[in-house]
Amino acid sequence: MFSESAFQDPRLCRALLARLERALGGRSLRFMEVCGTHTVALFQSGLISMLPASVTHLSGPGCPVCVTHDEEISMILDLAGRERVILATFGDMLRVPGPDGQSLKHAKAGGARVEVVYSPLEALILAKKNPDAVVVFPGIGFETTAPTVAAVLLTARREKIGNFCVLSLHKLVPPALRALLDDIREGETKIDAFLLPGHVSTVIGLAPYAFLAERFRVPAVVGGFEPADILLALCLMAEQARDNAPAVRNAYPRAVNEAGNPRARAVTEQVFAPVDALWRGMGAIPESGLALRPEYADMDALKRFGVARSKSSSPKGCRCGDVLRGRISPPACPLFGKKCLPASPVGPCMVSTEGSCAAWHNYVEYQ
Amino acid sequence: MKDTLLLDAGSGGRASRRLVDECFIRHFDNPLLGRMDDAAFIEDIRPPIAMSTDAYTVTPLFFPGGSIGTLAVHGTVNDVSMLGARPQYLSCAFVLEEGLSLELLDRVTADMARAAKEAGVLIVTGDTKVVPRGACDKMFITTTGVGGVFADPAPSGRNARPGDAVLVSGAVGDHGLTVMGSRENLSFLTDVASDSAPLNRMVAAVIEQAGPVHALRDPTRGGLVATLNEIAGQSGVSLVLEEEAIPVHESVRNGCSCLGLDPLYLANEGKCVCILPAERAEAALAAMRNFPCGAEAARIGEVTAAGKTPRVSLKTRIGGVRLLSMPEGVPLPRIC
Repeated sequence: MFSESAFQDPRLCRALLARLERALGGRSLRFMEVCGTHTVALFQSGLISMLPASVTHLSGPGCPVCVTHDEEISMILDLAGRERVILATFGDMLRVPGPDGQSLKHAKAGGARVEVVYSPLEALILAKKNPDAVVVFPGIGFETTAPTVAAVLLTARREKIGNFCVLSLHKLVPPALRALLDDIREGETKIDAFLLPGHVSTVIGLAPYAFLAERFRVPAVVGGFEPADILLALCLMAEQARDNAPAVRNAYPRAVNEAGNPRARAVTEQVFAPVDALWRGMGAIPESGLALRPEYADMDALKRFGVARSKSSSPKGCRCGDVLRGRISPPACPLFGKKCLPASPVGPCMVSTEGSCAAWHNYVEYQ
Repeated sequence: MKDTLLLDAGSGGRASRRLVDECFIRHFDNPLLGRMDDAAFIEDIRPPIAMSTDAYTVTPLFFPGGSIGTLAVHGTVNDVSMLGARPQYLSCAFVLEEGLSLELLDRVTADMARAAKEAGVLIVTGDTKVVPRGACDKMFITTTGVGGVFADPAPSGRNARPGDAVLVSGAVGDHGLTVMGSRENLSFLTDVASDSAPLNRMVAAVIEQAGPVHALRDPTRGGLVATLNEIAGQSGVSLVLEEEAIPVHESVRNGCSCLGLDPLYLANEGKCVCILPAERAEAALAAMRNFPCGAEAARIGEVTAAGKTPRVSLKTRIGGVRLLSMPEGVPLPRIC
């Protein structure tokens, strides 16, 4: 197996930091990452504490749990409370509070059948083992998660497993980036460059990001998750900015093929179709989500259970939306570290370990 | 207090601590309990004794490297040992579910007997309750251990001092990842096994050869980070660790990386943290390394004066710094 530890080499990192300083030449760089794994990697490796003072890191809408809208959380809680339903979910959804502060943990403690699974396939196995119940899997995640969910839906269809369905809340990264840039208001600090998500890019490749450089003139670099990967991506961003030559580049070639993974995309397209979707803090974004195609309606939890969307608003004072747009850093939220703590999260950016508020709270001496 | 109990209250993190403070300490408060070490230090029986109790529940009952039976002995033996005591006697109470396979019960009991023999302790009293099917999950075991305290002064989480060295007796995270892997049938976790082991002989050797130590604790639930945060808080000091120095097995590192977990937050069942004056660190390490359970012992950091508040921080491999904050609840794998 390829050793990732080579990309944690302190000497390599120091050399890349020097290259970054040279490329910056005293200019500042506000870069945004849009992947929860990048958020964690930046903090966990300590890299954030070593970046030049003129580099500002913003966490964008890249944590699947964090971008899940209140209305969507309500739908999940609604399903968990139904008779004869087993809600099979990834673990980090358990703590996300709905509009009334209750989470799946509370639902579970109150008797709802909530099971943590590590993959959608496990949810399907759970359905086979529990023919008396319907297993509902909330499909949360980006282009990376959607193909595996699609593949499991196809398996369920092939094996005629009738008691399995998916609540598809999948989201697509490029439309969110477009909305983010479209929406930057006059006088607001802009985003100088994007650190593009390594995992998502393994599936979609580089082409869907072309508009970033062409239309918005923003450098965008796909990066891996080890410190040297991230530093190399930052160097390429700073060099593009210095040369005024924005482009979409791949600094993670050991994992990301520029054309992405056509087979994974084909499976996704077979089962899902793009729809408008709600993003926390960003509202509705056209064609930024995935819904099951009509021919899979029997496995669509939305249709099968007639889940109603109820209007809800974010908790009072919660500024997760501004955090996700890069408008503020987590400590600038009035609730951060006071009313909103990992123990009693108000907004989802504090819930998920990949959320930027949780990362600031857990890894940074901010007080 | 929240209306109903959540699983997080059993995690060893902040949620557990709140439950203990808001319910048990509030009702039971007394100076011995208030020390909040791994075992109670009972001075008015002469010579002083250490006493500790622990309830064991684990799914599955058997996992690579151990079982609920080995945990029930090792866990309590280790807690008593952390007071610089020689655990001698254990009690055990079984809560068994109606319909439990007697063969299973026999295997668990045999594991307990082997573990007790290996640790040199006797199981001298016990109790059995059988509850209707569904009232417990197969079996719960509670053990209590006592032993004479030989360390003078006895180590305590309150005794860490700036300038002390921080040692760990071996690689961390194995037990937590192994149990999670067996429970969830994670087939990609192949070469991991629990570190379940008795530490009493190793601890005795450390104190005999390196002299009294300031703090000793076994980092079970909540892992190394929860334990060190507790010590930092109790002693009013900060701790700085070196990532490069903390032993973590390659298989555990890889497994954690797949699941988005941090080995420093995962439970151990055969490791201890030892904090003592820096000049005696090498002697303590040498004593640990004479035992299989201490073969990978390492010096992982130092105690410093607390800044504004007691903190545990980590100098990372690449030269950065980050906090190691107290975990909140149960570690949850992430959406990947």
